Amino acid sequence: MSELRLMKGNEVIAEAAIRCGCDAYFGYPITPQSEVMETLMELRPWEAGGMVVLQAESEVASINMVYGAASTGKRAMTSSSSPGISLMAEGLSYLAGAELPCLVVNVSRGGPGLGTIQPSQADYFMATKGGGHGDFHLIVLAPSSVQEMHDFVFLAFDLAFKYRNPAMILADGVVGQMMEKVALLDPRPRRTREELLKEAGSWATTGKSNRTRNIITSVELDPAKHERFNQKLQAKYAEIREKEVRYEELLCDDAEYLIAAYGISARIGQKAVELLRAEGVKVGLFRPITLYPFPAEQIAARARQLKGILCVELSAGQMIEDVRLAVGNGLPTAHFGRNGGVIHSPNEVVEAMRRIFEV
Amino acid sequence: MKEEIIIAGFGGQGVLSMGKILAYSGIMQNQEVTWMPSYGPEMRGGTANVTVILSDDRISSPIVHEFDTAIILNQQSLDKFESMVKRGGLLLYDPNGITAPPTRTDIAVYKTAATAEAAKMGNAKVFNMVVLGSFLKVKPVVKLENVVKGLQKSLPERAHKLIPVNEQAILRGMEIVERLMPES
Repeated sequence: MSELRLMKGNEVIAEAAIRCGCDAYFGYPITPQSEVMETLMELRPWEAGGMVVLQAESEVASINMVYGAASTGKRAMTSSSSPGISLMAEGLSYLAGAELPCLVVNVSRGGPGLGTIQPSQADYFMATKGGGHGDFHLIVLAPSSVQEMHDFVFLAFDLAFKYRNPAMILADGVVGQMMEKVALLDPRPRRTREELLKEAGSWATTGKSNRTRNIITSVELDPAKHERFNQKLQAKYAEIREKEVRYEELLCDDAEYLIAAYGISARIGQKAVELLRAEGVKVGLFRPITLYPFPAEQIAARARQLKGILCVELSAGQMIEDVRLAVGNGLPTAHFGRNGGVIHSPNEVVEAMRRIFEV
Repeated sequence: MKEEIIIAGFGGQGVLSMGKILAYSGIMQNQEVTWMPSYGPEMRGGTANVTVILSDDRISSPIVHEFDTAIILNQQSLDKFESMVKRGGLLLYDPNGITAPPTRTDIAVYKTAATAEAAKMGNAKVFNMVVLGSFLKVKPVVKLENVVKGLQKSLPERAHKLIPVNEQAILRGMEIVERLMPES
């Protein structure tokens, strides 16, 4: 059974965190995602289920609190917006280096610097290409609806624990601030100690009892050993690329052109597809749901029938690099997007298609 | 059915909550809905607007560049949104504080003296429900019974005693709305 409600994307992150049995949330307020912690504080999940909700003194503190809680096998998360995520870069690298599962939500806003509080998708590079030092990747999910904000909290924790790797939900100010109908899954209780030991007992610091010590660290001073560890990480990422790609195609079967977009730009792109189809233009929508792993093979397979791809992002063009890597130089690929907090409208996307591909 | 609506006015007029009640009413009759507010500095500066979309099918973009309906509650919003109503669409406004009324002749323009009516009812807070009633009279996109259910869902329990007065305000809004004919 599920419960239908009208909710903001940010509120639903909080609701889903409680419902998926999250043990701890640490965060620091920043627009446009402050409703995540506000909602948690209002719902007081510590009373019924013992979940910890704590406002840290900074984003640096929150991500390191996540590190601490994740080390013990707990389901820990934080959320922030772009400048706050920059502050967490060191912590994310350490979490990946210590192979710790956690969820980080970025409801992104226009940068660089303190930038604006309006929506943006200019954190694609930061989310998918590292967001910290060293050879590591986050598992990155890009919701385009309030329902997916809910669903991806569950999915992100599942993937994070399956691969012992930090997962990120990369949203934007629109998906965070808008309200839509959402079907909430029934709450599942936080794991019991026995369940936690079963899931994480082989690596987490759960209190030693009749087993070898579990050590959580990202330091290894012997380069030979550290190279082997890096190879192990890369093998994990290869498995993630093989098994965890998620994407959606709309009206692609007979498409001659593709609009490639994720998150809110995919919704705007879908409307542009509807408007262009009404004029007889054969265009479809390709929406990566996982940004890492990127659906490279899938878009490359689709590209064989195409005359061109328009990448639509609220940025100066970031995902387009992955699209070009996937489809190669044989096919015209172009970027369109407003940035700095300005949101493109569906008709601007239509005009860009007309201008660039003369459809 | 798909209805793309902009509601715009001053902060504090109940613009966002009117949109929320409308969206909840849509859910009550199985529609897909989105509610996308302006947020940030423009809200803090005094004006507020929200885009509400009600649809029988999955909604693509919550961001739209033209509207089936504009519900306008101050002059700045009229200046900004009059040109964004689709040809043949609806513009509903409260004349209170409007010095330059709408001029388009290719859309249906309706007037609702909701500020004055709410004052007559002795409850300025139900102003937004008077406006909602006027809109639903012209375009019955949601049923009144579902609006009442929407109110029950979107208002906190302690405010449920106010539902009858809100319902009354909606009914008043339905009565006072008037069509303006373009001057020939």
